[in-house]
Amino acid sequence: MRMLPVLLAALLTTSCAFAANEADYKAAYAAAEVANSEAGKLRNQWTTTAAMLGAAKKAADAGDFDKAVAAAQEAEALAKASIYQATSEKTLWKEMEIR
Amino acid sequence: MMKLRTATRFGLSALALAALAFAWPAGAADKVDPVAEAKAFKKFFYDKFPKLKPEDFVNGPYSMDEGLHKQWVEKEQFPPYEFAVEAGKEMFTKPFKNGKTYEDCFPNKGIGIRQNYPYFDEKEGKVITLELALNRCREANGEAPYSYVKDEMASLTAYMAFTSRGKPFDIKIPDDPRALEAYEKGKEYFYTRRGQLNFACATCHVQSPGERIRTEVLAPALGIMNAMPIYRSEWSGMGTTSRRYMTCNSQTRGVPLNPQDDEYRNVEYYLSYVANGLPISGPGARP
Amino acid sequence: MASTIRVRATNNGDITEVQALIQHPMDSGFVKDAKGEIIPPHFIQQLTFEYDGKPVFIADWGGGVSKDPYIKFAFKGGKKGDELKVSWVDNKGATDSTTAKIA
Repeated sequence: MRMLPVLLAALLTTSCAFAANEADYKAAYAAAEVANSEAGKLRNQWTTTAAMLGAAKKAADAGDFDKAVAAAQEAEALAKASIYQATSEKTLWKEMEIR
Repeated sequence: MMKLRTATRFGLSALALAALAFAWPAGAADKVDPVAEAKAFKKFFYDKFPKLKPEDFVNGPYSMDEGLHKQWVEKEQFPPYEFAVEAGKEMFTKPFKNGKTYEDCFPNKGIGIRQNYPYFDEKEGKVITLELALNRCREANGEAPYSYVKDEMASLTAYMAFTSRGKPFDIKIPDDPRALEAYEKGKEYFYTRRGQLNFACATCHVQSPGERIRTEVLAPALGIMNAMPIYRSEWSGMGTTSRRYMTCNSQTRGVPLNPQDDEYRNVEYYLSYVANGLPISGPGARP
Repeated sequence: MASTIRVRATNNGDITEVQALIQHPMDSGFVKDAKGEIIPPHFIQQLTFEYDGKPVFIADWGGGVSKDPYIKFAFKGGKKGDELKVSWVDNKGATDSTTAKIA
């Protein structure tokens, strides 16, 4: 849980210095989808992941592959954070339990 | 060489044992005791709100805030769920195409039984909620199922809840390991953080009842199922348990599951069980 | 078909207290449906309570009032057993009315 803000902060500070192309976007999008699909198997997808994937696709459709790749990478990070949340919560939930 | 391997193996198993010791807090390795857990659950809330009587908890935010309580008492004279109850009553006795009615599907013709749901069906090995039972009744009689979220399903459950008003929740966990597992899974769901906002149901309803989330006063988890289904001003209409679970999920930025998915039925089972003894107050009105 | 108006009036000497719950969609005309199309405005424009042939409460409403509105007010006068008439007109010209005995 403590890692989540670190993970997100790290992601938001990275930037793409090179010009991305469609292939870069497709690879980034696919990676994000794989992660989000795994989160789905864990029954723990985030709405913001889906929104970010949508934003990536929208940017790609408009031809802005730099933006599309950045959005896809953020979507992947969100999906990975949701996986981390699901797996760590498997044991951490007991800390909240009324006893 | 042998010494190193043995040492490594010993070290690893020692680590594993240590991890096991940390992962299993005291008592968790024993069999789950729902009776004791329900008692502890109630005690937590009774201690937190000593001025409230047990039956006050079934009115959620209205028992947490005096101003809200006053408005609610006035509004209950002409409650917004009245239309749904009437519609539900009409639907309940209207025959299906094959001539049967909902009365034929339920014990006591469906009157005054809401407090027994959800129950664990040992033949099927799963939790059956009132909504699930209603749609099964429809399908068994050649009718299309209703959406689990609102409209007709909410009207039907509003009527059935109304006929059970005042009756204490009487949820049973049969002596079946699968029933105990469903209860456990429901409990786990309730306390698990989810969504990008990283909230568990407990974050709001155990850690912060009576406090505000934006402008809303949070309800305590104890008795939170007793008022279902509810007319929410936010929805300008009725909503079932499924509707509330799904919207809670999306409010924490988690993708909602499907209505009546295992997790939802299990958490309803858990929350209803720990409220055993508290009266049904449904259908309810909420902000 | 039941009336859309539920009303209860109670007299306490000088004052009569009135509560009413009205079933009406009260669509403002600003909300879109699931397909993204505007739900046309459909709301009560005037709500009138009459006692002894004279209006004791008139509400001029717009789309800002929520669905299934609830009203509560009190007026000077009224006697137990007398009648109170309630009626509304909406922007589509539809109307409904009912009468209630003051308790």
